[in-house]
Amino acid sequence: MITVQVKLFATLRRYRPGLKMGQVLAVELPAGATVGQLIRELGLPEEEVRMVFVNGLVRERDHPLADGDEVGIFPPVGGGE
Amino acid sequence: MGKLLRLNMTDRTATLQDLPDKYRYLGGRGLTSTLVHDEVDPLCHPLGPNNKLVLAPGIVTGTSAPTSARISAGAKSPLTGGIKESNAGSAFAPAVADLGIRAIVVEGQPQEKGWWLAYVTWDGNAPKVEFLPADEYAGQDLYDVFPRLFERFGKVSIAGIGVAGEFLYANSGLCYEDQSGRPARYSGRGGLGAVMGSKGLKFIVVDRKGAPGVPLADKELFEQGRKKLTDALMTHDITKPKGALNTYGTAVLINIMNEAGGLPTRNFASGRFEGAARISGEALFEGNKERLGRELYNHACSPGCIIRCSNTWHRPDGTEHVSCQEYESVWALGANCGIDSLDVTGELIRLCNAYGLDTIEMGCTLAVAMEGGLLNFGDGQKAIELMHEIGKGTPVGRILGSGTATAARVLGVTRAPVVKGQSMPAYEPRAVKGIGMVYATGPMGADHTQGYTIAPEILGVSGKVDQFDRDKAALARGFLEATAFIDSTGHCLFIAFAILDIASGFEGLVEECNGVLGTHWTMEDVGRIGKEILTRERAFNRAAGLTAEHDRMPEFMKLEKLPPHNVVWDVSDMALDSVWEGY
Repeated sequence: MITVQVKLFATLRRYRPGLKMGQVLAVELPAGATVGQLIRELGLPEEEVRMVFVNGLVRERDHPLADGDEVGIFPPVGGGE
Repeated sequence: MGKLLRLNMTDRTATLQDLPDKYRYLGGRGLTSTLVHDEVDPLCHPLGPNNKLVLAPGIVTGTSAPTSARISAGAKSPLTGGIKESNAGSAFAPAVADLGIRAIVVEGQPQEKGWWLAYVTWDGNAPKVEFLPADEYAGQDLYDVFPRLFERFGKVSIAGIGVAGEFLYANSGLCYEDQSGRPARYSGRGGLGAVMGSKGLKFIVVDRKGAPGVPLADKELFEQGRKKLTDALMTHDITKPKGALNTYGTAVLINIMNEAGGLPTRNFASGRFEGAARISGEALFEGNKERLGRELYNHACSPGCIIRCSNTWHRPDGTEHVSCQEYESVWALGANCGIDSLDVTGELIRLCNAYGLDTIEMGCTLAVAMEGGLLNFGDGQKAIELMHEIGKGTPVGRILGSGTATAARVLGVTRAPVVKGQSMPAYEPRAVKGIGMVYATGPMGADHTQGYTIAPEILGVSGKVDQFDRDKAALARGFLEATAFIDSTGHCLFIAFAILDIASGFEGLVEECNGVLGTHWTMEDVGRIGKEILTRERAFNRAAGLTAEHDRMPEFMKLEKLPPHNVVWDVSDMALDSVWEGY
């Protein structure tokens, strides 16, 4: 098993009631689990996940996770002014 | 037939001129940049009699097109020494458009001291202008002045300057009212407030009562386009009601840029800020909820906006503190200064609005002052005190009002995050190469809004590209050209999130323009029109002495590795020059 440190941002927090802003979730996964498996494990609707950062880098669904990885998950967001 | 309204400040005369035929298909940035190119000597002093300040609503501004109340302001910039266009959302834009005025050109310069306001009304047949003394409003907080103007003139719209413009600071914006009459919407960048101030003009007050409104050449086509664009905005996840922008505001980007390692922190020393979560859009939403006892969604900054991303921030007792805690402002005065409190960023933003300053330039200048030893990183109270020095025009205040590049020179700070004298916005170019190419090569100086490559580089909008990939000249060029077009339509640039992903929305945008102008533009014309505008802007800059050697990044970015990715600026000069291939 591996453990990854996950942060859910913006509207995604609603899928984990009680989760505080900025709170880190420790999630256990089988060794070799991918970003896609993590999303399913968290119960996040696939279409609401836009960007996934693993250790600060954008990663796709098939990216394999390693023990201790820091994962940030975002719904579609935009802005800039 | 549209009109050009010329306000000659040398003798305070107003002239109404038929819009020359060669300008009939131009609006917003296309019109301001073309008029500046055609009428302003590129070698003139930006604060002298030969510079002109041009204000133009966009092509569809004043119609029922969604999210289209943008006013473009243009001139030779006292900050960059090149051409400048800076646009804002405000009821001022449709008020000018409704009067049949395609652009206001402020020109000349009075010999004697004193402040004036131009009062523009509809006299039954045409716009009418009166010049009225405005000394009674000088030297004061715009939060005090705007209510007095509304009391005196009734339901009007305002474009004006604060003390920053009066002192002719290179950091000074043009201020317009928001939907609640707050002095909170800005053409902030490039020191345009000083250009207005140099002409003795304090306010342009516009009353659109009785005005005829914007004529449509083809109503049916316009309606078809409007509907397509509206549908795109209402369904795209970023722009739809209760979507990311409406819920969290633009500051929703704080966390994502921090995750990406591209949130400039403590004067561009790092790409991560440990206090990011506390100043994020999510923190704004939660903070307001706690203080108000209810959820607060954002409001429209200007009439007819359906994205509605403008926020208010509230004090612990629930009273309103400030509007608006935008991403750029919260970043500049927060993370970039090592400040992790929304109450402090809120106060600093309020003071920028009160004095008439650009929040981006201000935050970058304060960060340089912190590095230069005037105060410590994170010292919000001292930052607030320095803001008041700027407002009073003390010697230190004047230095800090002169912008980031000047402050860095005075204080001996080599880490000056500027291009063409203008400070960088909230995306670290070492960590996001495409936006860096736009900062370096864009005619406006360091500015994200002239080509928002962050959409594909970070946000996954309009496809996904690797943030570190250096082969992005074509990407930058495409964004620069499309943006020059959007800035001419009068739409907020945020419609791009929807229309880059939803093709029918983009079609709708073009159909709206055709419906207003009677043109037969297709999607292919968008790039052509953008290119024509950029060509004029670049020609002005070249004649003003800004050449390819100015399309460069500050040296420290090539030398210092940026944590957490430990990357330097490694895009070659040749790659930068290739952004303008074909020009």
